[in-house]
Amino acid sequence: MPKAPRAQHAPGPEMVVIENLHKRFGPVRAVDGVSLKVETGQVVVIVGPSGSGKSTVLRCINLLETPSAGNVWVDGIHVNAKNCDLNTVRAEVGMVFQGFNLFPHLTALENVMLAQRLVRGRNKTEAREVAFAQLLRVGIAEKANVYPRHLSGGQQQRVAIARSLAMNPRVMLFDEPTSALDPEVINEVLDVMLKLASEGMTMVVVTHEMGFARRAGNQLVMMDEGRIVEQGAPDEIFANPREERTRAFFAKILSH
Amino acid sequence: MATPMGNLMDPAAVPPADFGGKIRSWRDFPYWLLGIAAILGWIAYLVTTEERYENAWDRIIPGLRLTIETTIYAFAIALVIGLIAGLGRISRNVVVKNVATFYIEVIRGVPILVLIITVAFVVVPYAAETFGFDNNSLDMKWRAIIALALIYGAYLAEIFRAGIQSIGRGQTEAGRALGMTPGQTMRRIVLPQAIRNMTPAIGNDAIAMLKDTSLLSVLAVNEITQNSRKYVATSFDSRGTYPILFAIYLTLTVSLSLLLSWYRRRFGLDDRA
Repeated sequence: MPKAPRAQHAPGPEMVVIENLHKRFGPVRAVDGVSLKVETGQVVVIVGPSGSGKSTVLRCINLLETPSAGNVWVDGIHVNAKNCDLNTVRAEVGMVFQGFNLFPHLTALENVMLAQRLVRGRNKTEAREVAFAQLLRVGIAEKANVYPRHLSGGQQQRVAIARSLAMNPRVMLFDEPTSALDPEVINEVLDVMLKLASEGMTMVVVTHEMGFARRAGNQLVMMDEGRIVEQGAPDEIFANPREERTRAFFAKILSH
Repeated sequence: MATPMGNLMDPAAVPPADFGGKIRSWRDFPYWLLGIAAILGWIAYLVTTEERYENAWDRIIPGLRLTIETTIYAFAIALVIGLIAGLGRISRNVVVKNVATFYIEVIRGVPILVLIITVAFVVVPYAAETFGFDNNSLDMKWRAIIALALIYGAYLAEIFRAGIQSIGRGQTEAGRALGMTPGQTMRRIVLPQAIRNMTPAIGNDAIAMLKDTSLLSVLAVNEITQNSRKYVATSFDSRGTYPILFAIYLTLTVSLSLLLSWYRRRFGLDDRA
């Protein structure tokens, strides 16, 4: 990535470094001093009650939100530095949204091709090949020429994942990727995410899917009121949460 | 005409005139269109059979070309102005936003007739003085086109603004998150969807502008209304002249409506994404 300044501290094995991040929306402190490191190849799962700031942390990594204070590095690039080329960084950071946000006027294949052509400068043939390969990877190649409105939620979300993967991102961000899905299609999306994790993709995932956290997560981060309450290996935290707030949160979501 | 303004925020918005599409029962048949056809047929009959109407027709019809030409040129320019002003209206740049809003509010705050005479007799002469071109070099036809383009540019700006804002923020975020620039996101993601939503409202404005060309008679531009008035001034035959003018406008607007609804169906624009 040209133009972007290198970090003072050594890039090392960390793909994402968040340092004392703050984000205020008017009087609301959505994120209130969060520091977090995501090593290359790691899957970090962020959980917490709604309004705890977990999505905001994620959105600060690719600068969909501008941090009020603190620093974010992605692969050694200081992304919230003034002279950082945002579009270049964003091309390296894939993002999957809760609401899919596919482009409704384009087919699945065209959805996956568009940014490749505009941002990566690939020609039509090349972009089509990559797009098709990625749709195959998420198991939906047979729907390549279908418009999003004719796809189920799970299929749409898989196309959205393929759209991000086609950019060859260094890290993937997932913002509650299964929260808008019907229960019976949640697993088809989680399966794709598990596959990505096993292939060594660096991932930061905001989710309520504790099963995914347990199976794929290297690190579990519990947030509340804009801060990290507790973090560590998922199994340990599930077995033995140290903090009262973590216990209360697990009790609420795991009781059914 | 079945009139509803294309409400951009409402996904169930009705196109400018709904000519039925599939007719499933006798209730769906567009009887009103038969009524209009009957009026037009009757007037056509009068023109072809009675000399009084035939004379009026012969005097009015040479203005038709000007009416249509003015509409097409003015509307094409208005679309460009409207897109620029509409984007300006939602710009984060304070200067751009205020300039666009100023323009739109000034135009919307003054009657069309007053704007037409002001542009033709005040703005253009002052511009000629300021920029040093001959005031007479710009004929009334072009002053009329400039006036209509400026007026409808402001109306269309509001349609573009609402259309762009009707596209969810998630679309912009998805584009930006993929590394696309704000311009690429606007051109390739937001505008194609917005324009699809806007076609009913844009169609309404095209029809409205066609009708407003009748106001250009104050500039002595020889379009069909001016021709009718000139003919009545010498023949004193109002009742033999104005029904023909009436019928010509109705034919033009209904044809345009039909064309627009055919176009929407043809390209599947009624299919909501």
